[in-house]
Amino acid sequence: MGPAALPEIAIHATMDISDTAQISRVRREHHMVNAPLHIITLVKWVPDAQLERRYNAEGRIDRSEGVLSELDEYPLEAALQIKEAAPDREIRVTALTMGPAGASTAAKKALQIGADDAYQLTDDDLIGADIWATSVALKAAVETVTGAAEFDSGEPEYLVLTGMASEEGESGALPAQLAERLGAHVVTYATGLDFEAERLVVTRSGGTESQRVAVTMPAVVSVTDQVNDPRYPNFKAIMAAKKKPLTRFTLADVGLQREHVEPKVRVVTTQARPPRTAGEIITDEGDAGVKIVEFLAKERLL
Amino acid sequence: MSNVLVFFDELGEALTPAQKELIAQAAALGEVHIAVAAYDGDPTPVLAVNGVQEVYLPEVSLPAPEVAIVDLLETSVAESGALVVLGSSTADATDALARLAVRLDTGLICGAGSISADLVVTKSELAGSYTTTSQLVSAATPAQPLVVTFKPNNIDPQRVATLVTDGEQPEVNVLPVRPSVGGVQIEERTAMEVSARPALAEARIVVAGGRGTDGDFTPLEELADELGAGLGASRAATDAGWIEHAAQVGQTGVTVSPQLYISAGISGAVHQRAGMQTAGTIVAINKDEDAQVFEIADFGVVGDLHEVIPQMIEELRRRKG
Repeated sequence: MGPAALPEIAIHATMDISDTAQISRVRREHHMVNAPLHIITLVKWVPDAQLERRYNAEGRIDRSEGVLSELDEYPLEAALQIKEAAPDREIRVTALTMGPAGASTAAKKALQIGADDAYQLTDDDLIGADIWATSVALKAAVETVTGAAEFDSGEPEYLVLTGMASEEGESGALPAQLAERLGAHVVTYATGLDFEAERLVVTRSGGTESQRVAVTMPAVVSVTDQVNDPRYPNFKAIMAAKKKPLTRFTLADVGLQREHVEPKVRVVTTQARPPRTAGEIITDEGDAGVKIVEFLAKERLL
Repeated sequence: MSNVLVFFDELGEALTPAQKELIAQAAALGEVHIAVAAYDGDPTPVLAVNGVQEVYLPEVSLPAPEVAIVDLLETSVAESGALVVLGSSTADATDALARLAVRLDTGLICGAGSISADLVVTKSELAGSYTTTSQLVSAATPAQPLVVTFKPNNIDPQRVATLVTDGEQPEVNVLPVRPSVGGVQIEERTAMEVSARPALAEARIVVAGGRGTDGDFTPLEELADELGAGLGASRAATDAGWIEHAAQVGQTGVTVSPQLYISAGISGAVHQRAGMQTAGTIVAINKDEDAQVFEIADFGVVGDLHEVIPQMIEELRRRKG
């Protein structure tokens, strides 16, 4: 093997001479792939759908009591799974909520589930915010949060994850409005997520087709309840959450004033629908199928 | 009367019932202009409807989530001089219209049921427990059009048929809008199986099954076909894999508001009810007399769906027969 070994040594020697350049190139590539990632998960404090929900006299949804929206546990779980799948990458999961004082419950629950830190935007001028005003405020909040975060391994990319819709508003329009304002890409109603080095591949259903859509950062992505099975916080996580930072800020803290968040849409009237009442209930005695058809015929539904 | 811009994120070989409804909603407000994002061939013959004056198309078809759809809409608003923009409340249409509202710096109302001539929008809120009306704050002197998405099934199909009738081919404007490059890329598209049954959200009658089917949807399918109904399911049934997820009726699935909802083997917990309690008439079949669904059923049968439904089918056939 003597003669054959010589070229190898020669190559090695060449590498030694230029090792500084080589190593710095390798580092740069490493840095490109492993740029830190800041995942902002939007979580909302909403009236409990299991209880009676109502409008108040001002034509606004009564928000005196609430819970972390169940639909917002899915983006939080998605964020934690992305982080856990990339242990060599610096990834921070921030929970961001906007709402009245009570909304800190949602932020705290997010910390218990596993977010690294949390922010709560609270301001009386946000009461009665419509979709338009909400996306104005959240855009400023996301920029403030990403601007304040410090990362050890370089300039972070950011990804905003949201639930498919808010449980009480149900419009599902916020992710697209937020993305438009942030100048970020948007993909909504994800039923599956594959996080690759520099992009996110989303499975979703678009109208009459199933799609796989690749999106690069910065991005706003909403996820459905099909995307994962959210974890429950255990005792250890609940205790650990007490030490995690929860920052409250106001409109002024994110650089906005009242006139920036005046709603474009106002609710004129609200009318509670009379609750449905039970009709005729019979026990099948062998003729219930016929009786249903008779009922449908009587109601002119056939 | 004002000009109205209607947005179709995709247009097939014929207008869907929801698209006809949108045209009907628009025609009551003024001259109808239509912007179409994704299409095959020449879409104008499909849009030859009385009241439809102008159609706006991109240079090439733009399937959602293509971001250039917002450019198409923005240009179409300018071209049409519309005072209101209407679309459906599906995910893709909502995304595009939500972005449009930011670009135009205007208000957005989602999930509407109807709109009046003075642009006051009526919608159902909090899973059907409230009805609200809302409008632009600047309604008296609107600088920008109001953007509204609609849920289907708010106008009686017979009324839609009288409002949406064949007409002249509209004038077509091809706008200089092309697909964007990078950022969001569709890598794979798979057409979903199209059921011969009516689409769930648009169906006038819905037959839905849950845990009580024990995984066998055959009797429900037969009943649905006998009634010309859409087929739905509870989350328990879709999670069990007995039927595709797209069939899920409920808060996180499809919200339906049919004339008639037949619930079979579904307990009727809050999340399910949120998706169907605005139905005109509810008929429930459940073995458990304490099932919550009986609290809201107009007609309920405590019994085994595997016996009751076949008898229903037999009786329906006998009456037709």
